[in-house]
Amino acid sequence: MMHAATKPTLTRPTPPAGNGPVPMTDLPKRMSVSNLNFYYGTKQALFNINLGVAVNRITALIGPSGCGKSTLLRTMNRMYETVKNARIEGDITLDGTSIFEQDVTQLRRRVGMVFQRPNPFPKSIFENVAYGLRINGSKTSVADAVEKSLRRAALWDEVKDQLHKSAYELSGGQQQRLCIARALAVDPEVLLLDEPCSALDPISTAKIEELLFQLKENWTIMMVTHNMQQAARVSDFTAFLLMGQLLEFSPTAQLFTMPADSRTEAYITGRFG
Amino acid sequence: MKLRWRKFVSATMLTLTGVCAVISVSLLFFILGYLVYHGGRSLSWDFFTKLPAPVGETGGGMANAIVGSGKLLLLASLIGVPIGFLGGIYLAEFGGTSMAFAVRYTADLLNGVPSIVIGIFAYTVAVLPFKHFSTVAGSLALGVMMIPITMRSTEEFLRAVPRTLREGALALGASKTRTIASVVVPAAYRGIMTAVLLALARVAGETAPLLFTSFNNAFWSPGWGQPAASLPVMIFTYAIAPYDDWHRQAWAAGLVLLGLVLLINVISRLALARGISAPRA
Repeated sequence: MMHAATKPTLTRPTPPAGNGPVPMTDLPKRMSVSNLNFYYGTKQALFNINLGVAVNRITALIGPSGCGKSTLLRTMNRMYETVKNARIEGDITLDGTSIFEQDVTQLRRRVGMVFQRPNPFPKSIFENVAYGLRINGSKTSVADAVEKSLRRAALWDEVKDQLHKSAYELSGGQQQRLCIARALAVDPEVLLLDEPCSALDPISTAKIEELLFQLKENWTIMMVTHNMQQAARVSDFTAFLLMGQLLEFSPTAQLFTMPADSRTEAYITGRFG
Repeated sequence: MKLRWRKFVSATMLTLTGVCAVISVSLLFFILGYLVYHGGRSLSWDFFTKLPAPVGETGGGMANAIVGSGKLLLLASLIGVPIGFLGGIYLAEFGGTSMAFAVRYTADLLNGVPSIVIGIFAYTVAVLPFKHFSTVAGSLALGVMMIPITMRSTEEFLRAVPRTLREGALALGASKTRTIASVVVPAAYRGIMTAVLLALARVAGETAPLLFTSFNNAFWSPGWGQPAASLPVMIFTYAIAPYDDWHRQAWAAGLVLLGLVLLINVISRLALARGISAPRA
């Protein structure tokens, strides 16, 4: 039993040069899912999933409602554990170590998550971003870290004069970027995004997508999306799930132009979903 | 024909609900007005600063009863609020199905226990062994009454905190305890405080459990271990006395009691208005 007491930031694999979709096999993996089965009580929701999350790339999960994409995302930081009777088989590793052998709070600091609807805490903008630092008992200057995170989330210029206002006074898109800043503040290695734009208008969505492009220079991102155009625009790799099975997982351009599975093709061309 | 009937039913029900709303509101204003009319005339500076006058003398006040009520409520809150609050957290956040059901059911039963029965309980455990009435005994009775109200409303308000807020904190690596303390309770605290104030306002007017616990006192009650005057018991004593002067004092005491409850309410609401509230789920 190994508990990751110290955060092995120094062991991060270095990404290859460039940002393009090189063949997956050549890329180091930040996280790997192997032989994953997932059950809600007796109902099986995921069937034998195998998938690698490439370092400093965006991996998108697409599929119709109820296909298990959010469930899969929620296994990556063990968020499923808040659900009663949820059970898992198989393994997920983060930098080579099983996530089930780590302390769950430590794991979640390394694997951040942004939710479908913006969920800022009922605190000021500043305190929202500082929250993760405070619970970590961070010794470094909180104010600097908050500014850094807000800049990373491309929100600093819009909020720098109103840091002590309620987070609820921001627009929906700003709130979502605040949540991204909040997740980035604890300096995670992976960022999980659960349909981050589904509650936002097109302009806010465009801002978040642009932000994701910048973020993948430093972070490994895995996102669930309902929106296939979005997956095609922002992701490097796309996984297509159907009824709990991973049907296809390939570089995004390939999946959208030459899908190997006829069901993938049917879905991306809009024949069901 | 059908449409006209439906319009008729709609208009009738609208009128009915409106009339009932007006009746309930006007009852409140009627009581308030009556109290102000009768109590206001007998209210003077002396009422707040002097001890009750002996029978036969006019004048005097209820300073000891005002202080006594304040002490009773303070100690009752110290007993009832922490227990109710922490119990509510347990119910909302940690309680398993059967255990939580048992606790919740018991709390609802306790809430329904007549206040005079709770008075007998406090009399048995806090008056009989010491052979004298005391502020502590009265506070115990009132505090016990505050527990179920505080507990159930704490539970309700914590449950109303959106699940996404908890997940947001958990996803940042906060433990469950930390999440509750730093996100869930702060998001619900305004509602909880309002509930605590309602509980306080409710027990502030309780007379029955005080009759044989804190009893009454024509003089100051130093410390916590002696019989103490309180506004509700004073109202009771003075209202059934055969003196017109005392009746007027009872009206004044009623007005002051109401005023104090309103004051507590307004001050805490002003204090609560600062800070950021969470949207309801």
